[in-house]
Amino acid sequence: MFLSAADRRFRRGAALGALALVLAFLFAPFLILGTGTEGLSPALASLTDSYILGVIRFTLTQAILSTLLSLLFGVPFALALHRNRLPGHALLLKLLLLPQALPVLVGALGLVTVFGRNGVVADLMVWAGLPRPSIYGLPGILIAHVFFNMPLVTRMALGGLQAVPAESWKLAGQLALSPLATFRLVEALALRAVLPGAAALVFMLCFTSFTLVLVLGGGPAGTTLQVAIYQALRYDFAPGRALALALAQVALVALFLLPTILARAGGALGGFGLGAPERRFDPPAPLKRAADWLVLTLGLLFLLAPFAAIVWSGLQADLGRLVADPQFQRAALTSLAIAGSATVLGLALSLALVLSSGLSGRLGLVLRLVPALGLVVPSIVIGAGWFLALRLLGDVTRFAPFVAVLSNAMVILPYATRILAPEAEAAAVRTGRLASSLGLRGWARLRHVELAALRRPLALAASLGLATALGDLGSVALFGSQDFVTLPTLLLQRMGSYRSTDAEGLALLLGALCLGLIFLAERGFQERGAA
Amino acid sequence: MLRPALAVGLLASLAGLSPALAQDSGKPVLTVYTYESFVPDWGPGPKVEAAFEAECGCDLRFVGLEDGVAILNRLKLEGESTQADVALGLTAELVPEFKKTGLFAPSGVDLSPLAIPGGFSDDVFVPFDYSYLAFVYDTEVVKTPPASLDELVNGDPEQKIAIQDPRTSTPGLGFLLWMKAVYGDGAEEKWRTLSRRILTVTPGWSEAYGLFTKGEVPMVLSYTTSPAYHQIEEGTERYKAAAFSEGHYLQVELAGRLRTSKQPELAQRFLAFTLTPAFQKLIPTGNWALPATKPAEPLPPAFETLVQPAKPLAIDAETVATHREAWTAEWLRALGR
Repeated sequence: MFLSAADRRFRRGAALGALALVLAFLFAPFLILGTGTEGLSPALASLTDSYILGVIRFTLTQAILSTLLSLLFGVPFALALHRNRLPGHALLLKLLLLPQALPVLVGALGLVTVFGRNGVVADLMVWAGLPRPSIYGLPGILIAHVFFNMPLVTRMALGGLQAVPAESWKLAGQLALSPLATFRLVEALALRAVLPGAAALVFMLCFTSFTLVLVLGGGPAGTTLQVAIYQALRYDFAPGRALALALAQVALVALFLLPTILARAGGALGGFGLGAPERRFDPPAPLKRAADWLVLTLGLLFLLAPFAAIVWSGLQADLGRLVADPQFQRAALTSLAIAGSATVLGLALSLALVLSSGLSGRLGLVLRLVPALGLVVPSIVIGAGWFLALRLLGDVTRFAPFVAVLSNAMVILPYATRILAPEAEAAAVRTGRLASSLGLRGWARLRHVELAALRRPLALAASLGLATALGDLGSVALFGSQDFVTLPTLLLQRMGSYRSTDAEGLALLLGALCLGLIFLAERGFQERGAA
Repeated sequence: MLRPALAVGLLASLAGLSPALAQDSGKPVLTVYTYESFVPDWGPGPKVEAAFEAECGCDLRFVGLEDGVAILNRLKLEGESTQADVALGLTAELVPEFKKTGLFAPSGVDLSPLAIPGGFSDDVFVPFDYSYLAFVYDTEVVKTPPASLDELVNGDPEQKIAIQDPRTSTPGLGFLLWMKAVYGDGAEEKWRTLSRRILTVTPGWSEAYGLFTKGEVPMVLSYTTSPAYHQIEEGTERYKAAAFSEGHYLQVELAGRLRTSKQPELAQRFLAFTLTPAFQKLIPTGNWALPATKPAEPLPPAFETLVQPAKPLAIDAETVATHREAWTAEWLRALGR
């Protein structure tokens, strides 16, 4: 990779350090909870009972279908968005990240307003003389998962398309490539670099989905492995069983992720570019244009209708009173501090892992696989394990903010590494030789070569990180500290004591805060680049 | 790019979040583990704190956990080293589990002022309020509410209900026991019939109640006291609870003191305090439940209009502990897992 020996040593050290931290944080709870329990072997044996097998089968089915559908809808939507720049494009890109920040319950109620039994769609169908549809069951789960994850696919696919040098689009225009040829020669190559990562993320998110699956699944037929883990640790307090189930979850997901880990982008993106602002020069093709507009209209309707429902019900709340409430202000500051710190830490860890690039073989595989699993180790297991460990150091509530930051950073890792890795590789191919021939090394090289090349993906990773960390719920629920309340916790507290109007207002405020943060993050990463 | 100053600022803010070490006021601190809806401004917590601190010369602190089960788990994790002096907010079904921890001391509280339907006696736990499970309906949609559990089970499958999962929620488990108390061994068959009416089974109360107030289902599993909230806080009589002739399942909430407490007298005094009018009068509109003692002054008028169950139903906690797993499996079978 054309690095000086000192740089290589330093980067390898940073990567191994990051890996050690991730491993320790995610897997130490297994050891801590595992000691002193009834032993793992009876629990492991129970994994093969018919109830658990049924749960696993269902979890896999819905996760695979959800992932395929999210890709099926997300990719054409991204292509259409990229070809036709809509007014408000920049705002739309930010809106696409919002579902990550929304507490699932808020999203589910927004979806129900549109697609539910008494929702807009059902009313329209009845008005048209059709029977009233019911989405509860697998259709409801799939609709909800596509709503939450298709925007993620779209954003990552757009990120891939944006990495294509402006010169390629110009060339495609000059050669008057047909839509199909443009897709095959330019777009597909760009997508190939980012889609395995996007698919892996969506798969993990759907595999571990809990509230959505139960609420829209219509009954216990929609039970995921995550529900069983939660039940084992919370309601039956059988740590052995919970650990066995959690291990099964990690192993299953790792098995399914392996192909996406092995599918390396290579240097596919390493075209020459002078950093000109991208602009497309597709020749006019009326048929394609019509198809694009159809995709855009349907996609926007599907995504924005539940948002509109959420905004509408949020506006019914007394927002002025909510904002003036000191509880809200405290929770907002807490959320900001946690989300900000977790994002900084998550990005730093991801960069350390992604920029090491010298590690190959088995160690390299571990390096790529472990951080990718941050979403799959159940937060209830992490919470319980660290609670036990930190108890030895005194009052646990003091540690709640730190555990929250770390566990959120672990959740950000899979997003960030998936976004940064392909572009880091492409950038290394593009600039590595030049940088070393200029004798750049150490911090100067990191700053002027790698970080400069990763500006755009870093902005996306930071935005996604902020959104997911803002929406995080209860990684420290067990710590039960009265002085540590985040916005989503406050929202659910209101929801749990009849105050749903207040909760809807809080959801709107949370969304606004998230948009504001994303705006700042993107500005922050742009400024230096433009200067 | 992120500047170092920003990172330092974030770290500093994080340290600021870490709850400040207890300010030493010189007063003894009494730590009470409770569920989180007890603690916020609108809950009974702050008023209870003010009232008790006025007479005890101590500093009362609440630690809010998700629910009774979370309190139990936290105590199991902490064992003898727990900071808690009192645990407040466990349901009667959990009593055997709480006793099994061996962490609780006899309450020493005189339970004679109790006015809990069906009576209550226990030398360790003190009940501080109770409520009845009920199906709450939207009067704008449901014109003839079911008058019995049987009418609910056999009612129009097109009129949907939302319930909670007994594997993950207290009211969900309560309804499982309610069906069992009424139908015994026939419960599985009745569940199968009822399943046609169930739109969905949510992990907790909030999701089901959210679907209900959004108009997605006209009927939801909740409590007889829910309509009082809508009357008093929202001024609407739109939501009512259906009275069932077989009776309603009774949920009693209890408090107990820890054997390991360093302030045993204070803890005992707090338990006794929960049965005094000063505490009990905060229950109806703070916790939206019914006071455990005969109220010194009449309840708010909205409470007079609530369903008064003909018969309290309850299954003894030891029986529940023995059969919960089998009954849950039966429920899963009936509802198609």
